[in-house]
Amino acid sequence: MATTKRRRLSPGIWFLAPFCLFFLLFFVLPIGYALYQSLFRTERTGLYGELGTHQVFAGFGNYAKVFAEGAFVQSVLRVLGYAVVQVPVMIVLATVLALLLDAASARGVRFFRSAFFLPYGVPGVIASILWGFLYTPGISPLVSIGGHLGLTPDFLGPNTVLWSIANIVTWQFAGYNMLVIIAQLKAVPGDLMEASRIDGANAWQAIWHIKLPLIRPAIVLATVFTIIGSLQLFTEPLVLQPLTANVTSTYTPNIAAYADAFSNNNYNYAAAEAVLLALIAAILSFGFLRLVGGRRRG
Amino acid sequence: MTATMERPTTTVHPRAKRRRLSDGPLSTRIILTAVLGLIAIYFLVPVYWLIVSATKNSTDLFGSFGLWFAHPQLLTNLGDLFSFDSHIYLRWGLNSIIYAGGGALVATALAAGAGYGLARFSFRGREAVFNTVLAGVMLPQTALALPLYLLFAQAHLANSYWAVLLPSFVSPFGVYLCRIYADASVPPGLLEAARIDGASEFAIFRRIVLRIMSPALVTVFLFQFVGIWNNYFLPLVMLSDTKLYPITLGLTSWQGFASRQPLLYQLEVGGALVSVIPLMILIVVLQRFWRSGLTEGSVKA
Repeated sequence: MATTKRRRLSPGIWFLAPFCLFFLLFFVLPIGYALYQSLFRTERTGLYGELGTHQVFAGFGNYAKVFAEGAFVQSVLRVLGYAVVQVPVMIVLATVLALLLDAASARGVRFFRSAFFLPYGVPGVIASILWGFLYTPGISPLVSIGGHLGLTPDFLGPNTVLWSIANIVTWQFAGYNMLVIIAQLKAVPGDLMEASRIDGANAWQAIWHIKLPLIRPAIVLATVFTIIGSLQLFTEPLVLQPLTANVTSTYTPNIAAYADAFSNNNYNYAAAEAVLLALIAAILSFGFLRLVGGRRRG
Repeated sequence: MTATMERPTTTVHPRAKRRRLSDGPLSTRIILTAVLGLIAIYFLVPVYWLIVSATKNSTDLFGSFGLWFAHPQLLTNLGDLFSFDSHIYLRWGLNSIIYAGGGALVATALAAGAGYGLARFSFRGREAVFNTVLAGVMLPQTALALPLYLLFAQAHLANSYWAVLLPSFVSPFGVYLCRIYADASVPPGLLEAARIDGASEFAIFRRIVLRIMSPALVTVFLFQFVGIWNNYFLPLVMLSDTKLYPITLGLTSWQGFASRQPLLYQLEVGGALVSVIPLMILIVVLQRFWRSGLTEGSVKA
């Protein structure tokens, strides 16, 4: 970038300033505030707290309590277990769909691509309401078809509800991730494919040796966003909550934090949970990027 | 994250040149289409169920087979939906448009400026700023919602339009996309020429840069629009007045009462369908913008 010059120093900052102001106010400040809040606890004065409340420095007391009480840790382990299944299923499905569409004849591709991508336009809340109906016996055609076949599918049972949630998320985002990968596939140079054909490579070899390595960045991107999405699982289980007792008030880290803040009015405790969740997400996503980045160099 | 200098336009190769399975035997083509068809059923059946169910009355919703019509009365249902609780559904729809449209518009403008500033000017701390913004992309939005609520409550801004709008003005991913795109597509020589002609920095940005960056800007706008439209946690935390609810929050509030007032099941289904239609049209029609912008995002990630 030889043309950018030192004397142009100030305009760049002016272009950046409006965004930075909002970023500081609504991204950096809240995280700082959550950190600060998490280090205090609220004490009530008077026998019933009628004389008001004040903040007392608690150090890492809230964090110690989060670990001691265990419900939040349980919820983290639950979403981690969920992610271990959900992330590979999502990424493999999206990659296969992208490669299938890339291989299919030109006619019909546009229809299928739109069909797969369509659920991305359905908000998580609506998708959950929708699938919630499809999971509920009495209204669900899936359950009634299952009944005719002699099956009694229980989508909302203690061991199945998590995977019913996984299905909602997969349904919503597989097509979106597919599109990210297709975008990258389009960038595969045509002459590269032509050369491989002349060299006698078949379609599978072309996929394995040319396409997959080239769409790697898109797959990495989709994986990181799926990991983060898995950790902040909230809407889907919350919407299913009225339908089943198996989604508890500490089912996922976000539901636990939400309940602690607004049902239990313990903001300090909830702030500690929010900070921990952000920390875990950062460790996992940067850890993953490091892992794949390191392998690339090797 | 090294940004390589590269034209953003994806080169289009003649389809004839690409080797496709469709060049192969007929049986392969039939199997492939069948597989794609089966997968399409998975993605489309819930939407089909929604359309069929939106035409039913409350009794048939539970009493008839879910994948076929029974006593269709779509217009009656839509009338019920729009008139219920003094047209609250229309109000929610308008709110969703205000939040998503307003939020995405401002977010795109801010991201365009920041992306251009990062791409075409060098100053101390530039990479530090960019890396902080990238870390923002990785931050779970929901971890922000709780502290944001506490801050807004202290500023007496919670439970207002601003409570949802202001945080929606920030799109770190938009800045990332805009920087990558500006890096690759805004020619430094053109800027130099405009400066020699005496154009002010802001005029250059408004007349030249924004025009060149428009494909990326459409993508950023769409991302942010859908993101805000679909967001649930932030409005849930911020808003208590039902008149300020976006559609998503409104529909779940009906869900809470439906066991006592069964009509609400029918309204919920109809409301879900109506809310989904505009967004679905938007994303399918504008698919090519998703694609052009997404390439930029993923190539360099």
